[in-house]
Amino acid sequence: MHITQGQFSFLPPLTDEQIKAQVIWALDHGWAISVEYTDDPHPRNTYWEMYGHPMFDLRDPAGVMKEISECRRTFPNRYIRVMAFDSSKGWETPRMSFIVNRPEHEPGFHLERQEMQGRAIRYTVRPYVTERPEGKRY
Amino acid sequence: MSTAQSHADQERTDARDERRITLENDGVRQILEKVNRELVGLAPVKARIGQIAALLMVERARHELGLTTEPPTLHMCFTGNPGTGKTTMALRMAEILHEVGYVRSGHVISVTRDDLVGQYIGHTAPKTKEVIKRAMGGVLFIDEAYYLYRPENERDYGQEAIEILLQAMENDRDDLVVILAGYKDRMDRFFQSNPGLHSRIAHHIAFPDYSADELRTVADLLLEEQGYHFTDDARKAFADYLQRRMQQPHFSNARSVRNALDRFRLRQALRLTQQGGSLGVEDLTSIDAQEVLASSVFGENTDSGTGPSGQPSPQGSTTDPAS
Amino acid sequence: MSRQQDQEPRYTPGVIPYKQMGYWNPDYEVKDTDVVAVFRITPQRGVDPEEAAAAVAGESSTATWTVVWTDRLTNCELYRAKAFRVDPVPGNPEQHFAYIAYDLELFEPGSIANLTASIIGNVFGFKAVKALRLEDMHLPVAYLKTFSGPPTGIVVERERLDKFGRPLLGATTKPKLGLSGRNYGRVVYEALRGGLDFVKDDENINSQSFMHWRDRFLYCMEAVNRASAATGEVKGHYLNVTAGTMEQMYERAEFARELGSVIVMIDLVIGYTAIQSMANWCRKNDMILHLHRAGHGTYTRQKNHGVAFRVIAKWMRMAGVDHIHAGTVVGKLEGDPHMVKGIYDTCREPYTPRNLGTGLFFDQDWAALGKIMPVASGGIHAGQMHQLLTYLGEDVVLQFGGGTIGHPQGIAAGAQANRVALEAMVLARNEGRDIWHEGPTILNEAARWCTPLRQALEVWKDITFNYASTDTPDFVVQESVSA
Repeated sequence: MHITQGQFSFLPPLTDEQIKAQVIWALDHGWAISVEYTDDPHPRNTYWEMYGHPMFDLRDPAGVMKEISECRRTFPNRYIRVMAFDSSKGWETPRMSFIVNRPEHEPGFHLERQEMQGRAIRYTVRPYVTERPEGKRY
Repeated sequence: MSTAQSHADQERTDARDERRITLENDGVRQILEKVNRELVGLAPVKARIGQIAALLMVERARHELGLTTEPPTLHMCFTGNPGTGKTTMALRMAEILHEVGYVRSGHVISVTRDDLVGQYIGHTAPKTKEVIKRAMGGVLFIDEAYYLYRPENERDYGQEAIEILLQAMENDRDDLVVILAGYKDRMDRFFQSNPGLHSRIAHHIAFPDYSADELRTVADLLLEEQGYHFTDDARKAFADYLQRRMQQPHFSNARSVRNALDRFRLRQALRLTQQGGSLGVEDLTSIDAQEVLASSVFGENTDSGTGPSGQPSPQGSTTDPAS
Repeated sequence: MSRQQDQEPRYTPGVIPYKQMGYWNPDYEVKDTDVVAVFRITPQRGVDPEEAAAAVAGESSTATWTVVWTDRLTNCELYRAKAFRVDPVPGNPEQHFAYIAYDLELFEPGSIANLTASIIGNVFGFKAVKALRLEDMHLPVAYLKTFSGPPTGIVVERERLDKFGRPLLGATTKPKLGLSGRNYGRVVYEALRGGLDFVKDDENINSQSFMHWRDRFLYCMEAVNRASAATGEVKGHYLNVTAGTMEQMYERAEFARELGSVIVMIDLVIGYTAIQSMANWCRKNDMILHLHRAGHGTYTRQKNHGVAFRVIAKWMRMAGVDHIHAGTVVGKLEGDPHMVKGIYDTCREPYTPRNLGTGLFFDQDWAALGKIMPVASGGIHAGQMHQLLTYLGEDVVLQFGGGTIGHPQGIAAGAQANRVALEAMVLARNEGRDIWHEGPTILNEAARWCTPLRQALEVWKDITFNYASTDTPDFVVQESVSA
């Protein structure tokens, strides 16, 4: 199983050079960049842990690359994503999001069905890993 | 040509590497010229900067030919009194580093203790790291760096900032150049207590005080930039002014001159508006002796030696009491 | 001359020209709060263009064909629309652009039905003009503020879907008609699992003998949830809730909500009032509202008569839909690149300046109404990805129906090919590559490691739809037209 969240999950894993190019695109647009990680990849898990605050006012991608590599060193076996935040009026929301690190093994999700009235089904998507406690999942 | 001959040629080439590389760099030359133009005097500093620029170009060439692999240490320390051109030189140094290709964007992030050291536990590390990340790809200029270290307070968070800084100066050498700046004596004491920092600095440059002559040239240059000039009387009065002002505490070299000129312009403006009538170009561009002589350094009851509040200014570097 | 004397002949019983009835005023100064419309008029032979413009102003506001004394019981001058400008259409001596201003008092707050009943109510059948087309409208901020706009909008849609920085991908289930619910859901599952974000019901999939709507909803949601579990992504299927009555539509929408769908769909043919009602329902139920523009071609396509689609897009931004089909430029359906840009801008920008080259006649402040995600659908395929991204930008749903389901290796492979092509193109664009020129190279590079993309590029390599557009801008560069 290969989680396909983010902008570039259908491509081969991005090299650091490729990541840097994307970071430059974001910086050129004046977006702040944050590095986030999680061990709960549920599609509706909006709030991954922030590896520090979003980085504002960067002029060069080196700061982001340093943060990514530190985050990878600290959490080698988690999902790590890079997000770019646009503060301009009418957006004020993320403009980029892509995965830069994955656990070695991705067990995927269990789809639980609860039968309701009239053939309706209530669905629950559950990551297999979340059966284990936080921090012990990958 | 026989096969044997060509083999011999081949061997000779192997024995002596004949690749050529040129050290010409127009950009660097232009920056050095700009330094010469905009900074008066400072001959020893300019000489050192020229040497460092040359060294950087040679290092780059050696690197390109594969003769060195380690990136050179580029961190620097600028010592000298206020107003001696340290900040301007840091900006130019960033441009040179950028031009030679040692930093990607060549911007300068200028900070002091307050930007690096936090107020409470756990505050300092993210603060310092954030500054470092912003400076990466350019130059981190830390003014009065010795304030980071406060031995009298053993729980001071400055030490934490120093350690993070040290780490970055070592591990992120490819992406970050740090320039520390401040008074010579204080910086020396600072390095004594932080030898690790000292050992990571490749170039120490001392910025001498300006002579009175140099300061007069600075004044002329600054006035010209702003479209003003001294009248002959005013120039004489200014020489006198400088002599007195340089004796006073908190004299800040070129910065004091700049501040004095600002006040002269204010007085000139007031004189012109009070004078009334029609004004010519000469009226509007000339600073007269009376503007200079109105300064308190000539007065009987000067308040020299104290800040505006009558208290000695706390750090003695930015306030300028002569008015 | 006193006002009294001036007005007396105006109200003498009988028929007088519209111009004299007060519907033509070249000196009229447009107010900030006026609604302004620009019509392309083709007067009957012998009818003066100004009189035709005045007639259109009259018929779309207070007038009837003859003088009525009851006008004088009202502040009739206020309620009369004023034609204030007539310009010849460049290159077409028969036609003119007529600018008409309407006082805000003429319109009920928050009602597209009321707005359109005036502007396009009677007047299009009017005998004095041979043909009539509503080219564009300026809507004052004061009026826009009475509408709620898109229930979700681009920003919130992306946040809900957790999808940023790239166009979304969709496909319409094919064949349009005849699949059973079970078979239909298979198509949905394969396409979503393969890499699409959305699959879509077609406009005429409602509740027919071959598939009852409840069946469709149940099987589609099974597919959506299975695909979500298989990929870790939020997925959706536009469940078309279009039905014969409002009650049935609500019933269907509520069932979609119960099943956990993130999006429902309606057709333009349900009418403006029904659209506004569904927009309200969606806002109340956190649902994205997809609009299929079924039927618009009957009145948007011909240049001399009807309503330009950019006007429909404006009304829809006011009425409140989140997705609208707005043209592809490169696909099988009508769409001049400049006109499509005008429509996309209308959907997505906070402010659209007057730009005759893209068909926009007026500066338009959108008064912070949400942005509509345009949908590009019809005859597009992976090989055009660089053109699509260049023309349409990244806030768009690209729908590859045939281009997904027609893939030789199956639906999932088709979806994968599209997603890989898309991500590779966005990556390249962000890296600063010139995708317009390097597009085919970028696709071929990706095709080297992605077999489905290689197959897609091979199968559809020569497919283009190069027909002349019928709806193109009419303007000459120097002219100064302003309202």
